[in-house]
Order: sequence, then structure tokens, then C-alpha cells
Amino acid sequence: MTIQRRDFLKTSGMLIVSFSAAGIAEPLTARVVAQAAAGPYPDPDFRKLDSWIVIHENNTATFYVGKTDCGQGTGTAFRQMMADELDIAYDKTTCIMGSTDVTVDQGGSGGSDAIQVDGLPMRRVAAEARRVLLEMASTRFSTPVDQLTVSAAVITVKSDPSKKVTYGELIGGKRFNVALTGGNPDGATGVAKMKSVQDLHIVGQSPQRYDIPAKVDGSLKWAVDVKLPGMVHARNVKPPVAGAKLIRIDESSVRNLPGFVKVVTKGNYVAVVCEREEQAINASRQLKVDWEKPATSPFPASEDLFKYMRAATPTSGAAPAANPNLDAAFSGAAKVIEAEYDVPFQGHTAIGPAHATADPSNGQMTIYSNDMKSYGMRTGVATFLGMPPDKVRVVWMEGPQGYGRTAADDAGFEAAYIAKEIGRPVRMQWMRNEETAWDTKGPAFTFKMRGALDAQGNLAACDYNAQAADSNHLGYNEVNTVLISQLMGTRPARAAAGSAGSPSDMYVIPNRRNASQVVSMPLVWETPLRTGNLRDPNGPQITFAAESFIDELAAAAKADPLAFRMKLLTAATTDDAQFKRARSIAVVKAAAEAYGWDSRPSPRARGTGAILTGRGMAYTFRSQTVVAQIAEVEVNRQTGHVWVKRLVCAHDCGLVINPEGLRRTIENGMLHSLSRALHEEVQFDTEKVTSVDWVSHPTLTHMDAPARIDVVIVNGDPNPKRPDLPHYGAGETVCKPLLAAVANAIYDATGVRLRRIPFRDARVLAALKAAGV
Amino acid sequence: MSNVTLKVNGKNHTVDIDPATPLLYILRNDLDLQGPRFGCGLGQCGACTVIIDGVATRSCVTPTSNVKGEVTTLEGIATDGKLHPLQQAWIDEQVPACGFCQNGQIMTAKALLDKNPKPTDAEIRDGMARTLCRCMTYYRIQAAIKRVATGKGAA
Repeated sequence: MTIQRRDFLKTSGMLIVSFSAAGIAEPLTARVVAQAAAGPYPDPDFRKLDSWIVIHENNTATFYVGKTDCGQGTGTAFRQMMADELDIAYDKTTCIMGSTDVTVDQGGSGGSDAIQVDGLPMRRVAAEARRVLLEMASTRFSTPVDQLTVSAAVITVKSDPSKKVTYGELIGGKRFNVALTGGNPDGATGVAKMKSVQDLHIVGQSPQRYDIPAKVDGSLKWAVDVKLPGMVHARNVKPPVAGAKLIRIDESSVRNLPGFVKVVTKGNYVAVVCEREEQAINASRQLKVDWEKPATSPFPASEDLFKYMRAATPTSGAAPAANPNLDAAFSGAAKVIEAEYDVPFQGHTAIGPAHATADPSNGQMTIYSNDMKSYGMRTGVATFLGMPPDKVRVVWMEGPQGYGRTAADDAGFEAAYIAKEIGRPVRMQWMRNEETAWDTKGPAFTFKMRGALDAQGNLAACDYNAQAADSNHLGYNEVNTVLISQLMGTRPARAAAGSAGSPSDMYVIPNRRNASQVVSMPLVWETPLRTGNLRDPNGPQITFAAESFIDELAAAAKADPLAFRMKLLTAATTDDAQFKRARSIAVVKAAAEAYGWDSRPSPRARGTGAILTGRGMAYTFRSQTVVAQIAEVEVNRQTGHVWVKRLVCAHDCGLVINPEGLRRTIENGMLHSLSRALHEEVQFDTEKVTSVDWVSHPTLTHMDAPARIDVVIVNGDPNPKRPDLPHYGAGETVCKPLLAAVANAIYDATGVRLRRIPFRDARVLAALKAAGV
Repeated sequence: MSNVTLKVNGKNHTVDIDPATPLLYILRNDLDLQGPRFGCGLGQCGACTVIIDGVATRSCVTPTSNVKGEVTTLEGIATDGKLHPLQQAWIDEQVPACGFCQNGQIMTAKALLDKNPKPTDAEIRDGMARTLCRCMTYYRIQAAIKRVATGKGAA
């Protein structure tokens, strides 16, 4: 069953979108009051224009989109794109996102495709609304549409400018009642065509993000701020050892504590519920639980991880068949270079731990959550609780950064389960040690690389072998993959296949083999080493190995690392990827120019002082978005400390919606990977994860911030006859090359090649000492 | 439980609580303030920062019974409806990504500038070093602080 948006708005009390004196809608208010809706919550129909756009009588518009904004300003970009197609001023619009009962299911966030993919239906439906409004004005003025002009939501008769009508006068407070077509929400379309790039005027500007003022004055209601009448607080009690079995709970250990409500448990899942938050925290620490350790270790200790992974039998993927050309290239090589690289598990470690509030009122279930994939949670929770999907909704609200963590959003499922058990609204929040130890992890990788150089220093063959510890990869809130479900004993039929992947580059290499395999830890379920989508799930790891190795090959060939790459990009080839290759060449050149690249082989002649400086580069792509980065480092040879003093990023994602927003996304994405390069590693013994806080799992700090970051936005369609480059999207691409750029810069500065992430001071110092630096 | 009186953002509040409760929970759950946020509960990240008598203080590890001075939260630094210069600079620089940690960034920066209005780059780094951001907005945070310190954010 589906309903009309406006019916829903009228019946539910949702139409509490307040307007300031300037006529600017305030969507944040609407989200918080959404709790007034009693349900049920059928899906908005993506084939109805009214599900996407509402025009108000005061000539403003509200856009409803099935996406969530994890802090990259996508909501602002959606408004720009839709306002442009609709022909309404940006500041007369607002955008409601990601709440399952009021926005169509566009999947929430993930894959950096918000602009690239999901922006297209938004543009098309806004164009359709404009078309319909022009038809209405045509009827009203008895004037053909081609005799009308539209600007800032006012339609005027060209020949008689006194004849004009606003969108609000035409349809404010009324429905479009226009059907759309398309097989799924992202295919939604009307009759109207999108504008050409040349006709877009709001796109390409940089309006400030609308969500920021309320984030700096303390007025924003976040998912953590939801308070409901009768609400209680819950905290989990996790197994002390991974894979432990619950034997006995001594409820008397907490029964008399102030505010105690209930111990909720099933299988190996345990939570404590109290009236007040601090009471729940206290009770979760006081509760006596007996656990039985598993008979065998759930995983090797982190210092043995890579040895274990190299010896493990792959669970998926297989080495490609023997390639006689490859073998011949290696046997005929002037020089064969081999290297192994290691990247440990790295956590999401969101700044705020997992949290959600669930309300079981009226026999429905409403979950207030920052889940980036709110629609997946809606479906997952409905299945988990055995409720019809239209009795469950997720109200999306802002939260600590997504980057994949909330794609396996445990707290929402836990809050909903407990709320159903006790019949009261429940606020669940994880503690820091729980979040750092038990959140989803970016998979660990080991790589074995082999390259063949001919007598002229040309790369004749490259052999890439990757093994990823990624056998239980989560990501879409499937009911049997969230932790509470697994602790209660539910298992998918088999572990997710996971993936290891191959390098993303446009290098022309005559003989190439990419082999990637997935391996599993001994404990597959209920494990704190479950893997998830950590901001380009495996790109940073793969690109670290691939682009470090290209640098090693360049050094072996005594070639400038940038020139070596350019030779690989410009070599003759008959493949059909010239478009992306041409844009790859453009970004590499743009980065070199912005940095002031001095062409010479690495390493440089080593300095004599305590501080050694160097520069390194790396390049990659993701989908059609191409990126080249240059890092300049200072390495303290007495302490091993690495400071990345300067970063340059040349970035081509096609059409740019909001250049300033894009710059911030690029800067922050690079620094996230800088944190992964310098600091982050999940550590564990043979029983449990021992990274439990910001001391045992360090992160980038203010001390690490570069002194200078240059972002060069390249809109690099090499064909001047094709200026309508689409918006390819941005975000995760910039996370990929940075680790290698830093490693290559350290090599340039010191002559020491670091092949193991992270480059913490002690590891760097040991490597320098071992090399006599 | 017992009655505790707190002065927060210029107003006195009396709450009936366990006085050992960390200040953070009282501010959030009893006084309905939402600037300070739970990040770690260990005093390591700074998301819960408030200012007490001019000192940036981690409210998640501060027992409420220990609080003697006036507490200022993010909600309390604007004056007469005008944003604090740091808040304005945060908007001008478009600092936040998700924004969850920015309470701690702004309040720590305020305590820093109140003591040292013209910090060097090194003093900014040092003064902010223990306030974490997992969206890694450090570069823009430092730019925003410099904007205020150099007077560009005072408008």
C-alpha cells in the first residue's frame, strides 16, 4: 500500500515545517516532531511526483529525498540540483532526508553515489514539476508554454510581463497528482528532460551548508538528543571474550540498584535497562554474568595476523590460471622486483558510539537513528521483530560520522528489541570501549607484488596478489548480520563472500595478473573483527600496495616516480578506456603543477639534519572520478615521527555541484586516510580486541594537521565538443591514494620503504635504525 | 539522591540527583542542553567539553558534586542573539563535517582564546591537541581559530 504525501502530511501532523521570517523552511524541526505520527508507515510511492516535491502557498518548496547526509553536505547539493531544475531560488527550498515513512527509498547513503546516481532522479522529478507548472500557467493564461518564461518560481508571459503567476499561486497547498515512471526510485522520471549543464546556474555555486549553523550554536536535535515520555536507558553487557557463551546471569547483583528496570537477554545477548542513563551505565558494570570461553581462540593475536593470513586457506576467490605470457615476461626480465605489504584491521571508531531510541507506541515501532542506511534498518528491524514492514519506520537524524559504520547499525536493532520487550521507549547507547572494540572493521590485507622491468627500465609485467580478511563483511543492516542477532544465535546460511579487489589505475602494462582472495578468521560470527564498509571498503589498502609498488618500480628503474607513471598512462594501447585515461593524465599533471614537482628519481640525497623532507605521489580512480595526490613529509630521524606538512589533491569528478563543499570533502577524506596511514590499527590478543579507547586506538589529532592543503578541482573532459560531463560523485576516491603518497614521500626523504601500515613513530624509527639512517 | 544547585549559562538550576553523576548527564538529561555530547566517557576526546570558570572542562569525567563555579555550554556563548565570533568563524570556514565533535572544538578554542587571544600556529595546535575529530576537520578548525585570532572573524 502506498499513500499520497499530502494525505500523509495532513493526517500525521508531519506538516510542521516551520518557516522563518525570510521564508526559509526549517526541516530540522519537522524531523523531531515526526514522532507525532501514529502509523502505520507505508512507503511513499516513488512513482508519484507528490512524493518528491511539495510547493507551499508562500512559493517555497520542500524536497523529499531518500538519502542521508553523513557530513559531506549532500543535502545542500540535492537542494542545489533540484532548485536548479525546478527554477526556484536555492534559499526558498528545503530538503527532508532519509526517514522511511516520508521519503522514497533511495537506499540511504553508501558508495559515494549520492550525487552520481541518486541525484539523477532528483533532477528529473524537479524538471517534471517545472514542466507541470508551466502547463498549468499555460492553461491559466491561454498561452502556449513556449511563450512563457520562468525565473525564481515565477512564470511570466513573454509578450506581456504583467501576466505572471507564482508556483505557490498555481499549486501551493495542492497536489500535483502527476504519475512518474521508472522501475525503482533511482529510475523515477517524468516526461521532462533535465537541463543541459550550460543551463544550470545554482549548480556550480557554493551556498553554505544549511545544516552548519544549528551544529555550531547547539540548537540541532541529533539522534542522541531524542527524549520521549516514559523513556528508559539501556546499556549492553558484551561477552568479555570473543565467542564466549553465556552461562548465567545473577540479576540480584543489580536488582536493588537505583532506577533498575530489567535485564534483557537472549542467547549471548545481554542488556540492562534503567530509568536514568547514569544508572544504566552503573548497572551494566555491576551486573554479574558468568561466561564460558570458547574451546579455541577466535583469532590470532594481532602481532601474528599477517603470518596467519598468508598461511590461511582462502574462503573465496582463486588465483587466475597460469599465464604463459606473464611467466615469460618475468623470466625474460632485466630486473624483477618483489615486495610484500600489510594493512591491519582499522576501525570506524566513530567519535560518538552507536546509539538509537526506539518507541513502541501504538503497536508500531519508530526508531530515531543516524543510520546512513535507514531503509535497510527499517526492513531489518521488521524482520527481526516479526513485525509487518509498514509498522516500522526509521526517522533519520544527524549523528557522528557514518563512513560505513551505520550500515551495520546495531544500536537501532537493540533499542527496538528492548522496546518491544518492555513496552516503553528505549534509548540505547554503546560505551567507548564497546564501540572501539566491537564496531565494524575495515578488512586487513596482505599483498605480494612482483614486477618485471626490461633493460630500458620499462614495466613489462606486474603480478598482484591480495589476501583480505573480509569473510564476514556486513553492510546493509541484514537482520542476520547485526551483532544482537548473531549473539542471539541467528546466522546467515554462509558468510558474505567479502572481497579483496584489484588496483584502480589506467596504466598500460603489457602483462598483468591481478589475483585476490578472501581469508577468514577462525571465529566468523559474534566477532569484534567483523568487517564492514569503511570509507571505500578496500580501496585505501589496495591503493597503498599498488601505488607504493609503482614507486618501488620507478626507483628500481631510476626514474622520476611521476614520469614513470606518465609513461604508463601515455603508452600506446588499444583498450577502450581512453576517456578515463585522458582524465587521469590531466589530474596527474594538475597535481604536479600545483605542487611544483621537481623531476628526479627517489630517494633524494639524504639531508644531514634531524628532519628529513621528501615528496611522494599516488594516483587512482573510483568509478569515473580520478584523483592524484602529492604529500610532502618531514621525518624526524631521532624520533621516527612523520609530519605531513603539505598535501595536494587534483580531483576530477565531472560536474561539480558545490565547489566549496567538495573542497571540504576532499580535505577531510584525505586526512581520514592520513589518520589510517599514521596511527590506526586494531590490536587484539587471542581472546579479545584490546583497542578500546583513544589511547589504545590512536587517531589523527590537531598536531598532525598539514600546514597547507591545495585542492585543484579539474573538470577535465578532454573532448571540448562534449561539455555536458555528468556529476560522477566524490567522497571515497580521495581516501584511496593518500597512504601510498605518504609512504612514497617517506621513502623519498629517507630511502627507507615502509610496507606496513600504520607509520607510528616507533615503527618508523625502527625502520630508520635498521637502515642506518 | 540529593538536591544539587548548578549555575549554567547564567541561570540557577536545582536538580535531585546522585551527586557523583558526571556533569554531562545532568546537563543533557536534566537541563535539556545538547551542546555537550558523549564521545568517550573517559575525558579523552573532548566532545563533552564545557567551560567552568574559564577552564575547558570534560564534563563526562567531572562529578557534578565537584562543580563549584558557573558552567557555560555551547548554548551559552552567543550574546544578545549574536553568535560568538568562533561560532561565526565556524560558519564562515564551513568547518563541520558531521559536526558531532564541534561542541568540544569550539569550547576548547574559546577557552584557549580567552586566555591567549593571539596564539601562534603552534599554540593553536598544542591547545587543541586533545580535542579529537573523526571527520578530520582539523585543518579548517585551525583556519577558523586563526580567523578569529587575527580579527577577521569578529565582524
